[in-house]
Amino acid sequence: MADLLEADQPLLIADSLSKSYGRIAACREVSFSLYPGEVLAIVGESGSGKSTLLQLLSGQLAPSGGHVSYRMRDGVTRDLAALGEAERRLLFRTDWGFVHQDPAQGLRMAVSAGANVGERLMAVGWNHYGRIRESASDWLTRVEIDVARIDDAPRTYSGGMRQRLQIARNLVTGPLLVFMDEPTGGLDVSVQARLLDLLRTLVAELHLAVVIVTHDLAVARLLSHRVMVMKGGRVIETGLTDQVLDDPREPYTQLLVSSILPP
Amino acid sequence: MNAPAYNFAYLDEQTKRMIRRAILKAIAIPGYQVPFASREMPMPYGWGTGGVQVTAAILGPQDVLKVIDQGSDDTTNAISIRKFFAKTAGVGTTTATDQATVIQTRHRIPEAALHENQVLVYQVPIPEPLRFLEPRETETRRMHALAEYGLMHVKLYEDIARFGHIATAYAYPVKVNARYVMDPSPTPKFDNPKMDNCPALQLFGAGREKRIYAIPPYTQVVSLDFEDHPFEPYRFNAPCALCGAENSYLDEIVTDDRGSRMFVCSDTDYCEGRQAAGHHGALSAAPYKDKAQGDANG
Repeated sequence: MADLLEADQPLLIADSLSKSYGRIAACREVSFSLYPGEVLAIVGESGSGKSTLLQLLSGQLAPSGGHVSYRMRDGVTRDLAALGEAERRLLFRTDWGFVHQDPAQGLRMAVSAGANVGERLMAVGWNHYGRIRESASDWLTRVEIDVARIDDAPRTYSGGMRQRLQIARNLVTGPLLVFMDEPTGGLDVSVQARLLDLLRTLVAELHLAVVIVTHDLAVARLLSHRVMVMKGGRVIETGLTDQVLDDPREPYTQLLVSSILPP
Repeated sequence: MNAPAYNFAYLDEQTKRMIRRAILKAIAIPGYQVPFASREMPMPYGWGTGGVQVTAAILGPQDVLKVIDQGSDDTTNAISIRKFFAKTAGVGTTTATDQATVIQTRHRIPEAALHENQVLVYQVPIPEPLRFLEPRETETRRMHALAEYGLMHVKLYEDIARFGHIATAYAYPVKVNARYVMDPSPTPKFDNPKMDNCPALQLFGAGREKRIYAIPPYTQVVSLDFEDHPFEPYRFNAPCALCGAENSYLDEIVTDDRGSRMFVCSDTDYCEGRQAAGHHGALSAAPYKDKAQGDANG
């Protein structure tokens, strides 16, 4: 019951977010609310401001205008800009996850898979090797990586395995909100399909809220509940995924949807 | 002072003041790495330029200096530094741990218990314990500032995953005064327990990296570990071949090309003291020449 009440309140609120680099406006007046367990896809061509928006939302970039607020575990919604750096970094290690397009950015390539998954646990004070390892093997199983490879460094992993390992590393502390930047980019099609399937299962199981940036409409279709279409730093269309993709209103969205090759 | 061409202890007074300010700050914040304007010293980096600057800054005319290199008083590095200060500061030098007031050390803590009137100066090559896991200086500083030390356990985790136990044998990370994680310089982890609650002041100087840090007397120093893999000091399981000591840190010396080896105390002063007091090991050459104690001509 308490969960239902909580679900009424947004987890993340963007309020007329803007970011400009000199005269170039990368992101203009973006506003939305994200609710617990909701998956929002941000689609658009490259240069449309998707990644900038993701960085603004996750507090890695300071906005030129507007605010991002996040509802903390204690139920209080707070402005990210007003959080101290320590709090923000703690959020990033516990409540949030960030899945990079290039796993090398999100993983420590030189240390073993187990330590990669366990790092967040150790960062929040876990001090028992056996339990950290148990949790790491559990998560490797959940992302379909053979537990026998727990002591191998990710640089010996294939691209798909690296991406799955990165996901495990992010989910191990039970985050509420995960940011994903083109998580399937750079993977071949069969691996993409498997990864998407896995993501969909995990997101549903863990009741995650997700902001996923992608230029691949199929990814948006499979994973997301809602879609935001961006062009030139503006959100030009937003709505339920099926509604936007099946019945696009804006000419640009129509172009985007019609440019998908039929299978 | 027997060498008027130099200022007392080689460095000029302004430099010494600057270093002393850094030392005071380091003592005020145990384990925190204080940046300082490290000078060029007349020796190569890696030979103790940091330790020498700290020693030069704290040395007074009444001090008695002892210099050890991996426990030994008679290696090139130790002798050179001892001579350097005998010449530029005219201070007394000794090899006896209990007679020294300032002990500059490379990679060891003397076996004999230190006392309140002593200062231990460590030569430090790389002061940043997080460096090999996080190459960015900006990031490691932030991690220290926010006390984010999960990464240090990642290193220990890796050790256990690979070797079945914490295989880090030297430069074993410690937490000082329940706040800063610190690299104790490449001392063997055997020496870590000696840092805890030590009556002597411990100063660390890294010349190339331009950092000074300190452990004030009687400060808590805890070696990091896991609950199920606790910290354990390591020691070769043998008595010293010269003095028979069972509880000192040993060096392994290969004696021929057929696999023979002997284990001797790495702390030469401790070993000689024990031999002079009549202790003998399996390979000690009798009769022991009872000189060497309190040898004051460095």
